[in-house]
Amino acid sequence: MIEARDLTKRYGATVAVDGLSFEVKPGLVTGFLGPNGSGKSTTMRMILGLDRPDGGTVSVGGRPYRDLPWPLREVGALLEARSVHPGRSAYNHLLMLAETNSIPRRRIGEVLELVGLTDVARKRAGTFSLGMGQRLGIAAALLGDPGVLLFDEPVNGLDPEGIRWVRLLLKRLASEGRTVFVSSHLMNEMAVTADYVVVIGKGKLIAQSAMSDFIALSTAQSVRVRTPQAETLTGVLRAAGAQVTIGHDGSIEVAGLTAAAVGELAAEHRVTLHELTPQRGSLEEAFMEMTNETVEYRGAESLA
Amino acid sequence: MSMATEPGTAAPTPSGAPAASSIPARSGHYGPLQLCRSEWTKLRTVRSTIWTLSVTMLAVVGIGAIATAVTAHQWRQGGIVDRINFDPTARSLAGLFLGEICLGVLGVLAVTAEYSSGTIRATLAAAPNRRMVLACKAAVFGAVALVTSEVLTFAAFLLGQQLLKGTTPYATLGEPGVLRAVAGTGLTLTVVALFALALGVIIRHTAGAIAAFVASLLVLPLILQAFPVSIQHGALKYLPLVIAERMAATTSPASDFGNAALFSPWVGFAILCGYTLALLLIGGWLFSRRDA
Repeated sequence: MIEARDLTKRYGATVAVDGLSFEVKPGLVTGFLGPNGSGKSTTMRMILGLDRPDGGTVSVGGRPYRDLPWPLREVGALLEARSVHPGRSAYNHLLMLAETNSIPRRRIGEVLELVGLTDVARKRAGTFSLGMGQRLGIAAALLGDPGVLLFDEPVNGLDPEGIRWVRLLLKRLASEGRTVFVSSHLMNEMAVTADYVVVIGKGKLIAQSAMSDFIALSTAQSVRVRTPQAETLTGVLRAAGAQVTIGHDGSIEVAGLTAAAVGELAAEHRVTLHELTPQRGSLEEAFMEMTNETVEYRGAESLA
Repeated sequence: MSMATEPGTAAPTPSGAPAASSIPARSGHYGPLQLCRSEWTKLRTVRSTIWTLSVTMLAVVGIGAIATAVTAHQWRQGGIVDRINFDPTARSLAGLFLGEICLGVLGVLAVTAEYSSGTIRATLAAAPNRRMVLACKAAVFGAVALVTSEVLTFAAFLLGQQLLKGTTPYATLGEPGVLRAVAGTGLTLTVVALFALALGVIIRHTAGAIAAFVASLLVLPLILQAFPVSIQHGALKYLPLVIAERMAATTSPASDFGNAALFSPWVGFAILCGYTLALLLIGGWLFSRRDA
Protein backbone atom coordinates (compact mmCIF):
# COMPACT_ATOMS: atom_id res chain seq x y z
CA MET A 1 0.00 0.00 0.00
CA ILE A 2 1.38 3.38 -1.04
CA GLU A 3 -0.39 6.59 -0.04
CA ALA A 4 0.51 10.03 -1.33
CA ARG A 5 -1.14 13.15 0.12
CA ASP A 6 -0.77 16.55 -1.52
CA LEU A 7 2.71 15.62 -2.67
CA THR A 8 4.51 18.66 -4.11
CA LYS A 9 8.01 19.10 -5.51
CA ARG A 10 9.51 22.25 -6.99
CA TYR A 11 12.78 22.64 -8.86
CA GLY A 12 13.40 26.37 -8.78
CA ALA A 13 10.42 27.99 -10.48
CA THR A 14 9.20 24.72 -12.03
CA VAL A 15 6.60 22.71 -10.19
CA ALA A 16 7.40 19.09 -11.04
CA VAL A 17 4.73 17.53 -8.84
CA ASP A 18 1.76 19.61 -7.83
CA GLY A 19 -0.46 18.58 -4.91
CA LEU A 20 -0.59 14.95 -5.99
CA SER A 21 -2.74 12.53 -3.95
CA PHE A 22 -3.25 8.89 -4.82
CA GLU A 23 -3.32 5.38 -3.42
CA VAL A 24 -1.75 2.20 -4.70
CA LYS A 25 -3.40 -0.95 -3.42
CA PRO A 26 -1.99 -4.43 -2.93
CA GLY A 27 -2.90 -7.29 -5.24
CA LEU A 28 -3.18 -5.11 -8.33
CA VAL A 29 -0.84 -3.77 -10.96
CA THR A 30 -1.32 -0.02 -10.78
CA GLY A 31 -0.15 1.89 -13.82
CA PHE A 32 1.34 5.34 -13.33
CA LEU A 33 0.73 7.11 -16.58
CA GLY A 34 1.86 10.43 -17.85
CA PRO A 35 3.85 11.91 -20.70
CA ASN A 36 7.61 12.28 -20.32
CA GLY A 37 8.36 15.09 -17.89
CA SER A 38 5.00 14.88 -16.14
CA GLY A 39 6.58 14.11 -12.76
CA LYS A 40 6.41 10.30 -12.62
CA SER A 41 10.07 9.71 -11.82
CA THR A 42 10.13 12.55 -9.31
CA THR A 43 7.12 11.02 -7.56
CA MET A 44 8.81 7.61 -7.51
CA ARG A 45 11.95 9.15 -6.01
CA MET A 46 9.88 10.89 -3.34
CA ILE A 47 8.21 7.58 -2.41
CA LEU A 48 11.71 6.15 -1.87
CA GLY A 49 12.86 9.13 0.14
CA LEU A 50 15.52 10.01 -2.44
CA ASP A 51 13.97 13.40 -3.16
CA ARG A 52 12.58 15.51 -0.39
CA PRO A 53 9.02 16.76 -1.03
CA ASP A 54 8.39 20.51 -0.72
CA GLY A 55 4.93 19.72 0.56
CA GLY A 56 2.68 16.80 1.42
CA THR A 57 3.56 13.32 2.55
CA VAL A 58 3.95 9.86 1.13
CA SER A 59 3.94 6.61 3.05
CA VAL A 60 4.60 2.96 2.30
CA GLY A 61 2.61 0.52 4.42
CA GLY A 62 1.56 3.43 6.61
CA ARG A 63 5.08 4.64 7.32
CA PRO A 64 7.42 7.15 5.72
CA TYR A 65 10.11 5.32 3.76
CA ARG A 66 12.92 6.48 6.06
CA ASP A 67 11.24 4.73 9.01
CA LEU A 68 11.27 1.28 7.42
CA PRO A 69 13.44 -1.06 9.53
CA TRP A 70 14.60 -3.16 6.55
CA PRO A 71 13.72 -1.09 3.45
CA LEU A 72 14.69 -3.65 0.81
CA ARG A 73 12.60 -6.33 2.51
CA GLU A 74 9.53 -4.10 2.21
CA VAL A 75 10.03 -2.09 -0.96
CA GLY A 76 11.87 -2.99 -4.16
CA ALA A 77 12.45 -0.40 -6.84
CA LEU A 78 13.66 -0.26 -10.39
CA LEU A 79 14.49 3.36 -11.08
CA GLU A 80 14.54 4.84 -14.54
CA ALA A 81 18.17 5.87 -14.46
CA ARG A 82 20.75 3.12 -14.17
CA SER A 83 22.13 2.71 -10.68
CA VAL A 84 24.89 0.16 -11.18
CA HIS A 85 28.64 0.81 -11.12
CA PRO A 86 29.91 -0.28 -14.56
CA GLY A 87 33.02 -1.87 -13.07
CA ARG A 88 31.18 -4.05 -10.57
CA SER A 89 29.83 -7.47 -11.48
CA ALA A 90 26.10 -8.19 -11.36
CA TYR A 91 26.68 -10.53 -8.42
CA ASN A 92 28.68 -7.98 -6.44
CA HIS A 93 26.14 -5.25 -7.15
CA LEU A 94 23.43 -7.44 -5.64
CA LEU A 95 25.77 -8.51 -2.82
CA MET A 96 26.46 -4.99 -1.65
CA LEU A 97 22.69 -4.32 -1.65
CA ALA A 98 21.86 -7.60 0.09
CA GLU A 99 24.35 -6.85 2.86
CA THR A 100 22.66 -3.57 3.77
CA ASN A 101 19.50 -5.45 4.71
CA SER A 102 20.99 -8.74 5.98
CA ILE A 103 19.59 -10.66 3.02
CA PRO A 104 21.29 -14.07 2.73
CA ARG A 105 23.64 -14.63 -0.20
CA ARG A 106 21.64 -17.51 -1.64
CA ARG A 107 18.84 -15.06 -2.45
CA ILE A 108 21.23 -13.37 -4.92
CA GLY A 109 21.39 -16.63 -6.89
CA GLU A 110 17.62 -16.89 -6.80
CA VAL A 111 16.96 -13.46 -8.26
CA LEU A 112 19.72 -13.85 -10.87
CA GLU A 113 18.10 -17.11 -11.93
CA LEU A 114 14.70 -15.44 -12.01
CA VAL A 115 15.82 -12.71 -14.40
CA GLY A 116 18.02 -15.05 -16.44
CA LEU A 117 21.40 -13.49 -15.64
CA THR A 118 22.99 -16.45 -13.86
CA ASP A 119 25.54 -17.07 -16.60
CA VAL A 120 26.76 -13.49 -16.66
CA ALA A 121 26.64 -12.90 -12.90
CA ARG A 122 30.42 -12.44 -12.69
CA LYS A 123 30.66 -10.13 -15.70
CA ARG A 124 31.10 -6.40 -15.19
CA ALA A 125 27.75 -4.63 -15.42
CA GLY A 126 29.30 -2.06 -17.77
CA THR A 127 29.41 -4.72 -20.48
CA PHE A 128 25.66 -5.37 -20.24
CA SER A 129 23.20 -4.40 -22.94
CA LEU A 130 20.31 -2.10 -22.04
CA GLY A 131 17.99 -5.09 -21.69
CA MET A 132 20.40 -6.97 -19.42
CA GLY A 133 20.90 -3.85 -17.32
CA GLN A 134 17.16 -3.55 -16.98
CA ARG A 135 16.92 -7.17 -15.84
CA LEU A 136 19.68 -6.60 -13.28
CA GLY A 137 17.62 -3.66 -11.99
CA ILE A 138 14.59 -5.93 -11.69
CA ALA A 139 16.70 -8.53 -9.86
CA ALA A 140 17.77 -5.81 -7.40
CA ALA A 141 14.14 -4.81 -6.87
CA LEU A 142 13.16 -8.42 -6.07
CA LEU A 143 16.18 -9.04 -3.82
CA GLY A 144 14.45 -8.49 -0.50
CA ASP A 145 11.26 -10.32 -1.59
CA PRO A 146 9.36 -7.08 -0.88
CA GLY A 147 5.61 -6.64 -0.63
CA VAL A 148 5.75 -3.33 -2.47
CA LEU A 149 7.38 -2.93 -5.87
CA LEU A 150 8.04 0.23 -7.85
CA PHE A 151 9.07 0.02 -11.49
CA ASP A 152 9.90 3.20 -13.34
CA GLU A 153 9.53 2.59 -17.09
CA PRO A 154 10.52 -1.09 -16.79
CA VAL A 155 10.12 -1.91 -20.49
CA ASN A 156 12.48 0.83 -21.67
CA GLY A 157 15.09 -0.68 -23.93
CA LEU A 158 13.48 -4.11 -24.01
CA ASP A 159 12.57 -5.99 -27.15
CA PRO A 160 9.05 -7.44 -27.61
CA GLU A 161 9.95 -10.65 -25.84
CA GLY A 162 11.42 -8.76 -22.93
CA ILE A 163 8.35 -6.57 -22.74
CA ARG A 164 6.12 -9.62 -22.60
CA TRP A 165 8.30 -11.10 -19.87
CA VAL A 166 8.06 -7.95 -17.74
CA ARG A 167 4.29 -7.84 -18.28
CA LEU A 168 3.88 -11.41 -17.04
CA LEU A 169 6.20 -10.80 -14.11
CA LEU A 170 4.24 -7.73 -12.99
CA LYS A 171 0.94 -9.58 -13.15
CA ARG A 172 2.43 -12.50 -11.29
CA LEU A 173 3.81 -10.28 -8.53
CA ALA A 174 0.41 -8.64 -8.12
CA SER A 175 -1.36 -12.00 -8.07
CA GLU A 176 0.85 -12.93 -5.12
CA GLY A 177 -0.76 -10.07 -3.24
CA ARG A 178 2.02 -7.53 -3.68
CA THR A 179 1.55 -3.85 -4.35
CA VAL A 180 2.89 -3.18 -7.84
CA PHE A 181 3.29 0.39 -9.08
CA VAL A 182 4.55 0.76 -12.65
CA SER A 183 5.16 3.98 -14.49
CA SER A 184 4.99 4.34 -18.23
CA HIS A 185 4.44 6.96 -20.86
CA LEU A 186 3.02 4.30 -23.16
CA MET A 187 -0.74 4.10 -22.80
CA ASN A 188 -1.14 0.95 -24.84
CA GLU A 189 1.46 -0.92 -22.81
CA MET A 190 -0.35 0.01 -19.60
CA ALA A 191 -3.74 -0.92 -21.06
CA VAL A 192 -2.67 -4.55 -21.28
CA THR A 193 -0.70 -4.70 -18.01
CA ALA A 194 -2.40 -2.57 -15.38
CA ASP A 195 -5.58 -3.27 -13.45
CA TYR A 196 -5.80 0.21 -12.03
CA VAL A 197 -4.39 3.48 -13.28
CA VAL A 198 -3.17 6.79 -11.90
CA VAL A 199 -2.82 9.38 -14.65
CA ILE A 200 -0.85 12.59 -14.22
CA GLY A 201 -0.02 15.50 -16.47
CA LYS A 202 2.24 18.41 -15.56
CA GLY A 203 2.57 17.01 -12.04
CA LYS A 204 -1.18 17.05 -11.37
CA LEU A 205 -3.59 14.16 -10.96
CA ILE A 206 -5.81 13.78 -14.01
CA ALA A 207 -7.52 10.49 -13.30
CA GLN A 208 -7.46 7.60 -10.89
CA SER A 209 -9.67 4.64 -11.75
CA ALA A 210 -9.92 1.02 -12.75
CA MET A 211 -8.21 0.46 -16.09
CA SER A 212 -11.40 -0.85 -17.74
CA ASP A 213 -13.38 2.27 -16.73
CA PHE A 214 -10.58 4.47 -17.89
CA ILE A 215 -10.51 2.79 -21.30
CA ALA A 216 -14.29 2.93 -21.71
CA LEU A 217 -14.46 6.59 -20.79
CA SER A 218 -11.44 7.77 -22.68
CA THR A 219 -12.41 6.05 -25.92
CA ALA A 220 -16.08 7.04 -25.84
CA GLN A 221 -17.74 6.57 -29.20
CA SER A 222 -18.75 9.29 -31.59
CA VAL A 223 -20.29 9.30 -35.07
CA ARG A 224 -19.11 11.32 -38.01
CA VAL A 225 -21.85 12.53 -40.35
CA ARG A 226 -21.80 14.45 -43.64
CA THR A 227 -24.98 15.97 -45.00
CA PRO A 228 -26.01 18.85 -47.30
CA GLN A 229 -28.64 19.73 -44.64
CA ALA A 230 -26.28 20.32 -41.77
CA GLU A 231 -28.36 22.92 -40.00
CA THR A 232 -31.52 20.80 -39.89
CA LEU A 233 -29.68 17.69 -38.72
CA THR A 234 -27.73 19.57 -36.06
CA GLY A 235 -30.99 20.90 -34.62
CA VAL A 236 -32.57 17.45 -34.63
CA LEU A 237 -29.57 15.79 -33.01
CA ARG A 238 -29.26 18.45 -30.31
CA ALA A 239 -32.94 18.10 -29.54
CA ALA A 240 -32.31 14.36 -29.09
CA GLY A 241 -29.65 15.14 -26.46
CA ALA A 242 -26.48 14.57 -28.50
CA GLN A 243 -23.40 16.75 -28.36
CA VAL A 244 -22.65 18.07 -31.80
CA THR A 245 -19.51 19.73 -33.09
CA ILE A 246 -18.99 20.95 -36.64
CA GLY A 247 -15.59 20.06 -38.07
CA HIS A 248 -13.63 22.53 -40.19
CA ASP A 249 -14.23 20.37 -43.28
CA GLY A 250 -17.97 20.60 -42.80
CA SER A 251 -18.39 17.19 -41.19
CA ILE A 252 -20.42 16.82 -38.02
CA GLU A 253 -19.12 14.96 -34.97
CA VAL A 254 -21.92 13.49 -32.88
CA ALA A 255 -21.32 12.23 -29.39
CA GLY A 256 -23.93 10.53 -27.20
CA LEU A 257 -25.85 8.69 -29.95
CA THR A 258 -25.06 5.51 -31.84
CA ALA A 259 -24.70 5.51 -35.64
CA ALA A 260 -28.02 3.63 -35.90
CA ALA A 261 -29.85 6.27 -33.86
CA VAL A 262 -28.36 9.07 -35.95
CA GLY A 263 -29.44 7.30 -39.20
CA GLU A 264 -32.97 6.77 -37.90
CA LEU A 265 -33.34 10.39 -36.81
CA ALA A 266 -32.10 11.54 -40.23
CA ALA A 267 -34.61 9.34 -42.05
CA GLU A 268 -37.44 10.49 -39.81
CA HIS A 269 -36.67 14.14 -40.64
CA ARG A 270 -35.97 13.44 -44.33
CA VAL A 271 -32.33 14.51 -44.11
CA THR A 272 -30.00 13.16 -46.80
CA LEU A 273 -26.80 11.64 -45.44
CA HIS A 274 -23.55 11.43 -47.45
CA GLU A 275 -21.58 9.75 -44.69
CA LEU A 276 -22.36 8.00 -41.43
CA THR A 277 -19.23 6.60 -39.76
CA PRO A 278 -18.91 5.30 -36.19
CA GLN A 279 -15.68 6.62 -34.64
CA ARG A 280 -13.67 5.12 -31.85
CA GLY A 281 -10.73 7.16 -30.68
CA SER A 282 -7.52 5.28 -30.07
CA LEU A 283 -6.47 4.93 -26.46
CA GLU A 284 -3.18 6.61 -27.26
CA GLU A 285 -4.96 9.63 -28.74
CA ALA A 286 -7.32 9.88 -25.84
CA PHE A 287 -4.43 9.74 -23.42
CA MET A 288 -2.45 12.37 -25.26
CA GLU A 289 -5.44 14.65 -25.42
CA MET A 290 -6.18 14.10 -21.77
CA THR A 291 -2.68 14.84 -20.56
CA ASN A 292 -2.37 17.85 -22.80
CA GLU A 293 -2.38 20.98 -20.69
CA THR A 294 -5.46 22.49 -22.34
CA VAL A 295 -7.76 19.64 -21.41
CA GLU A 296 -6.28 18.83 -18.04
CA TYR A 297 -9.30 19.89 -16.03
CA ARG A 298 -11.92 18.55 -18.37
CA GLY A 299 -10.25 15.17 -17.99
CA ALA A 300 -10.33 15.46 -14.24
CA GLU A 301 -14.04 16.29 -14.21
CA SER A 302 -15.10 13.44 -16.41
CA LEU A 303 -13.06 10.82 -14.65
CA ALA A 304 -12.61 11.83 -11.06
CA MET B 1 18.92 -7.28 -29.39
CA SER B 2 16.66 -10.05 -28.34
CA MET B 3 16.78 -10.78 -24.66
CA ALA B 4 16.74 -14.50 -25.22
CA THR B 5 19.54 -14.51 -27.77
CA GLU B 6 22.01 -12.33 -25.94
CA PRO B 7 25.15 -14.37 -25.55
CA GLY B 8 25.50 -16.06 -22.25
CA THR B 9 22.07 -15.33 -20.92
CA ALA B 10 19.38 -17.86 -20.30
CA ALA B 11 15.79 -17.09 -21.09
CA PRO B 12 14.09 -15.38 -18.17
CA THR B 13 11.69 -17.56 -16.31
CA PRO B 14 8.57 -15.74 -15.20
CA SER B 15 7.07 -19.14 -14.54
CA GLY B 16 9.64 -19.62 -11.80
CA ALA B 17 8.50 -18.58 -8.39
CA PRO B 18 9.61 -15.13 -7.28
CA ALA B 19 7.56 -15.54 -4.14
CA ALA B 20 9.31 -18.73 -3.10
CA SER B 21 12.07 -16.85 -1.41
CA SER B 22 14.43 -18.11 1.20
CA ILE B 23 14.77 -14.98 3.26
CA PRO B 24 14.33 -15.58 6.95
CA ALA B 25 12.47 -12.81 8.75
CA ARG B 26 14.59 -10.43 10.79
CA SER B 27 13.62 -8.31 13.72
CA GLY B 28 15.38 -5.08 14.57
CA HIS B 29 16.65 -2.56 12.08
CA TYR B 30 19.48 -2.19 9.60
CA GLY B 31 22.46 -0.56 11.25
CA PRO B 32 26.17 0.24 11.10
CA LEU B 33 27.14 -3.45 10.95
CA GLN B 34 25.15 -4.00 7.76
CA LEU B 35 26.23 -0.73 6.18
CA CYS B 36 29.93 -1.18 6.96
CA ARG B 37 29.84 -4.66 5.45
CA SER B 38 28.23 -3.26 2.32
CA GLU B 39 30.74 -0.39 2.09
CA TRP B 40 33.58 -2.88 2.35
CA THR B 41 32.06 -4.90 -0.51
CA LYS B 42 31.70 -1.75 -2.60
CA LEU B 43 35.32 -0.82 -2.02
CA ARG B 44 36.81 -4.23 -2.76
CA THR B 45 34.70 -5.02 -5.85
CA VAL B 46 35.82 -2.21 -8.15
CA ARG B 47 39.13 -2.23 -9.95
CA SER B 48 39.87 1.43 -9.25
CA THR B 49 40.51 0.53 -5.60
CA ILE B 50 43.17 -2.03 -6.46
CA TRP B 51 44.77 0.26 -9.01
CA THR B 52 44.82 3.29 -6.77
CA LEU B 53 46.24 1.34 -3.84
CA SER B 54 48.94 -0.13 -6.10
CA VAL B 55 49.92 3.32 -7.33
CA THR B 56 49.92 4.58 -3.74
CA MET B 57 52.32 1.80 -2.84
CA LEU B 58 54.62 2.66 -5.73
CA ALA B 59 54.49 6.31 -4.74
CA VAL B 60 55.26 5.91 -1.05
CA VAL B 61 57.69 3.00 -1.09
CA GLY B 62 59.16 3.60 -4.57
CA ILE B 63 59.88 7.30 -4.18
CA GLY B 64 61.25 6.70 -0.68
CA ALA B 65 63.60 4.08 -2.12
CA ILE B 66 64.73 6.30 -4.98
CA ALA B 67 65.29 9.29 -2.68
CA THR B 68 67.36 7.32 -0.16
CA ALA B 69 69.36 5.53 -2.87
CA VAL B 70 70.22 8.84 -4.53
CA THR B 71 71.23 10.35 -1.18
CA ALA B 72 73.47 7.40 -0.40
CA HIS B 73 75.06 7.65 -3.83
CA GLN B 74 75.78 11.39 -3.64
CA TRP B 75 76.66 11.55 0.04
CA ARG B 76 80.38 12.27 -0.46
CA GLN B 77 79.66 15.18 -2.78
CA GLY B 78 77.26 16.85 -0.33
CA GLY B 79 78.07 19.99 1.66
CA ILE B 80 78.73 19.95 5.39
CA VAL B 81 75.47 21.80 6.22
CA ASP B 82 73.43 19.27 4.26
CA ARG B 83 75.15 16.47 6.14
CA ILE B 84 74.48 18.05 9.52
CA ASN B 85 70.81 18.67 8.74
CA PHE B 86 70.25 15.27 7.11
CA ASP B 87 67.13 13.55 8.44
CA PRO B 88 67.22 9.92 7.27
CA THR B 89 63.65 9.31 8.47
CA ALA B 90 62.18 12.20 6.50
CA ARG B 91 64.19 11.23 3.43
CA SER B 92 62.77 7.69 3.42
CA LEU B 93 59.26 9.20 3.65
CA ALA B 94 59.82 11.43 0.59
CA GLY B 95 56.92 9.70 -1.21
CA LEU B 96 54.48 11.09 1.34
CA PHE B 97 53.21 13.90 -0.83
CA LEU B 98 52.42 11.74 -3.88
CA GLY B 99 50.92 9.14 -1.54
CA GLU B 100 48.56 11.80 -0.21
CA ILE B 101 47.41 12.58 -3.74
CA CYS B 102 46.88 8.90 -4.64
CA LEU B 103 45.01 7.96 -1.49
CA GLY B 104 43.04 11.22 -1.75
CA VAL B 105 41.91 10.28 -5.25
CA LEU B 106 40.63 6.97 -3.86
CA GLY B 107 38.79 8.87 -1.12
CA VAL B 108 37.16 11.14 -3.69
CA LEU B 109 36.20 8.16 -5.88
CA ALA B 110 34.66 6.25 -2.97
CA VAL B 111 31.95 8.92 -3.01
CA THR B 112 31.84 10.43 -6.50
CA ALA B 113 31.76 7.05 -8.27
CA GLU B 114 28.42 6.49 -6.50
CA TYR B 115 27.11 9.68 -8.03
CA SER B 116 28.51 9.18 -11.53
CA SER B 117 27.22 5.60 -11.72
CA GLY B 118 23.93 6.30 -9.96
CA THR B 119 24.68 3.68 -7.29
CA ILE B 120 23.94 6.36 -4.70
CA ARG B 121 20.21 5.94 -5.39
CA ALA B 122 20.39 2.18 -4.82
CA THR B 123 22.48 2.78 -1.69
CA LEU B 124 20.06 5.29 -0.19
CA ALA B 125 16.98 3.28 -1.14
CA ALA B 126 18.53 0.34 0.74
CA ALA B 127 19.44 2.50 3.73
CA PRO B 128 17.67 5.86 3.94
CA ASN B 129 19.54 6.98 7.08
CA ARG B 130 22.02 9.17 5.26
CA ARG B 131 24.15 10.21 8.21
CA MET B 132 24.65 6.56 9.05
CA VAL B 133 25.50 5.75 5.42
CA LEU B 134 28.13 8.48 5.31
CA ALA B 135 29.55 7.62 8.72
CA CYS B 136 29.95 3.96 7.71
CA LYS B 137 31.47 4.89 4.36
CA ALA B 138 34.00 7.17 6.06
CA ALA B 139 34.73 4.56 8.74
CA VAL B 140 35.36 1.72 6.26
CA PHE B 141 37.38 3.86 3.89
CA GLY B 142 39.27 5.36 6.84
CA ALA B 143 40.15 1.89 8.14
CA VAL B 144 41.40 0.76 4.72
CA ALA B 145 43.38 4.00 4.33
CA LEU B 146 44.88 3.63 7.82
CA VAL B 147 46.08 0.08 7.31
CA THR B 148 47.45 0.94 3.87
CA SER B 149 49.18 4.10 5.10
CA GLU B 150 50.82 2.50 8.10
CA VAL B 151 52.01 -0.53 6.16
CA LEU B 152 53.41 1.70 3.41
CA THR B 153 55.12 4.25 5.66
CA PHE B 154 56.80 1.53 7.74
CA ALA B 155 57.82 -0.30 4.57
CA ALA B 156 59.22 2.91 3.06
CA PHE B 157 61.11 3.68 6.28
CA LEU B 158 62.62 0.21 6.67
CA LEU B 159 63.58 -0.08 3.00
CA GLY B 160 64.99 3.46 2.95
CA GLN B 161 67.17 2.86 6.01
CA GLN B 162 68.54 -0.33 4.46
CA LEU B 163 69.55 1.68 1.39
CA LEU B 164 71.24 4.36 3.51
CA LYS B 165 73.02 1.97 5.87
CA GLY B 166 76.78 1.76 5.39
CA THR B 167 77.13 5.02 3.50
CA THR B 168 75.26 7.66 5.49
CA PRO B 169 73.78 8.10 8.92
CA TYR B 170 70.55 6.14 9.24
CA ALA B 171 67.70 5.94 11.72
CA THR B 172 66.19 3.14 13.79
CA LEU B 173 62.69 3.10 15.23
CA GLY B 174 64.11 3.29 18.75
CA GLU B 175 65.68 6.70 18.25
CA PRO B 176 63.85 9.75 19.56
CA GLY B 177 61.09 11.04 17.26
CA VAL B 178 61.50 8.29 14.66
CA LEU B 179 58.57 6.07 15.58
CA ARG B 180 56.41 9.19 15.96
CA ALA B 181 57.45 10.40 12.50
CA VAL B 182 56.79 7.07 10.75
CA ALA B 183 53.53 6.13 12.49
CA GLY B 184 52.39 9.76 12.50
CA THR B 185 52.97 10.05 8.76
CA GLY B 186 50.67 7.06 8.27
CA LEU B 187 48.02 8.80 10.37
CA THR B 188 48.47 12.02 8.41
CA LEU B 189 48.02 10.18 5.11
CA THR B 190 44.78 8.67 6.43
CA VAL B 191 43.36 11.98 7.61
CA VAL B 192 44.28 13.66 4.31
CA ALA B 193 42.49 10.84 2.44
CA LEU B 194 39.38 11.40 4.57
CA PHE B 195 39.70 15.13 3.85
CA ALA B 196 39.47 14.19 0.14
CA LEU B 197 36.48 11.90 0.79
CA ALA B 198 34.67 14.80 2.47
CA LEU B 199 35.38 17.02 -0.56
CA GLY B 200 33.85 14.25 -2.69
CA VAL B 201 30.67 14.36 -0.59
CA ILE B 202 30.44 18.13 -0.88
CA ILE B 203 31.29 18.44 -4.59
CA ARG B 204 29.88 15.11 -5.89
CA HIS B 205 31.78 15.27 -9.20
CA THR B 206 35.04 13.35 -9.57
CA ALA B 207 36.97 15.94 -11.56
CA GLY B 208 35.79 18.85 -9.44
CA ALA B 209 36.51 17.13 -6.16
CA ILE B 210 40.00 15.98 -7.24
CA ALA B 211 40.76 19.50 -8.44
CA ALA B 212 39.64 20.96 -5.12
CA PHE B 213 41.68 18.39 -3.23
CA VAL B 214 44.88 18.97 -5.19
CA ALA B 215 44.31 22.72 -4.94
CA SER B 216 44.06 22.57 -1.16
CA LEU B 217 47.40 20.76 -1.04
CA LEU B 218 49.30 22.47 -3.85
CA VAL B 219 47.65 25.71 -4.81
CA LEU B 220 47.27 27.17 -1.32
CA PRO B 221 51.07 27.40 -0.87
CA LEU B 222 51.33 29.12 -4.27
CA ILE B 223 48.68 31.65 -3.34
CA LEU B 224 50.43 32.27 -0.05
CA GLN B 225 53.62 33.19 -1.91
CA ALA B 226 51.92 36.31 -3.25
CA PHE B 227 51.55 37.68 0.28
CA PRO B 228 54.17 39.58 2.33
CA VAL B 229 56.72 37.40 4.10
CA SER B 230 55.31 38.25 7.53
CA ILE B 231 51.92 36.85 6.55
CA GLN B 232 53.53 33.84 4.86
CA HIS B 233 55.37 33.00 8.06
CA GLY B 234 52.21 33.29 10.10
CA ALA B 235 50.07 31.20 7.75
CA LEU B 236 52.46 28.48 6.54
CA LYS B 237 52.03 26.34 9.61
CA TYR B 238 48.30 25.94 8.86
CA LEU B 239 48.84 24.39 5.41
CA PRO B 240 48.06 20.64 5.21
CA LEU B 241 51.22 20.03 3.22
CA VAL B 242 53.41 21.74 5.83
CA ILE B 243 51.71 19.91 8.69
CA ALA B 244 52.36 16.59 6.91
CA GLU B 245 55.98 17.44 6.25
CA ARG B 246 56.50 18.46 9.85
CA MET B 247 55.13 15.10 10.96
CA ALA B 248 57.53 13.20 8.68
CA ALA B 249 60.57 14.97 10.11
CA THR B 250 62.29 13.93 13.34
CA THR B 251 63.66 17.43 13.83
CA SER B 252 61.92 20.71 13.04
CA PRO B 253 62.56 21.33 9.34
CA ALA B 254 62.32 25.08 9.90
CA SER B 255 65.04 25.87 7.39
CA ASP B 256 62.82 24.63 4.55
CA PHE B 257 60.29 27.31 5.33
CA GLY B 258 62.44 30.36 5.89
CA ASN B 259 62.51 29.98 9.67
CA ALA B 260 58.74 30.26 9.96
CA ALA B 261 57.52 28.89 13.28
CA LEU B 262 55.71 25.59 12.80
CA PHE B 263 53.31 23.75 15.08
CA SER B 264 54.62 20.73 16.90
CA PRO B 265 53.78 17.50 15.02
CA TRP B 266 50.76 16.53 17.12
CA VAL B 267 49.30 20.05 17.31
CA GLY B 268 49.58 20.22 13.54
CA PHE B 269 47.95 16.83 13.27
CA ALA B 270 45.07 17.97 15.50
CA ILE B 271 44.55 20.98 13.23
CA LEU B 272 44.50 18.70 10.18
CA CYS B 273 41.92 16.49 11.92
CA GLY B 274 39.92 19.66 12.59
CA TYR B 275 39.86 20.57 8.89
CA THR B 276 38.76 17.06 7.96
CA LEU B 277 36.10 16.89 10.65
CA ALA B 278 34.72 20.27 9.59
CA LEU B 279 34.51 19.16 5.95
CA LEU B 280 32.88 15.86 6.95
CA LEU B 281 30.28 17.69 9.02
CA ILE B 282 29.52 20.10 6.17
CA GLY B 283 29.38 17.13 3.78
CA GLY B 284 27.08 15.23 6.14
CA TRP B 285 24.76 18.19 6.45
CA LEU B 286 24.56 18.64 2.68
CA PHE B 287 24.27 14.88 2.10
CA SER B 288 21.27 14.56 4.39
CA ARG B 289 19.49 17.51 2.82
CA ARG B 290 20.14 17.16 -0.89
CA ASP B 291 18.10 15.13 -3.35
CA ALA B 292 19.91 11.99 -4.44
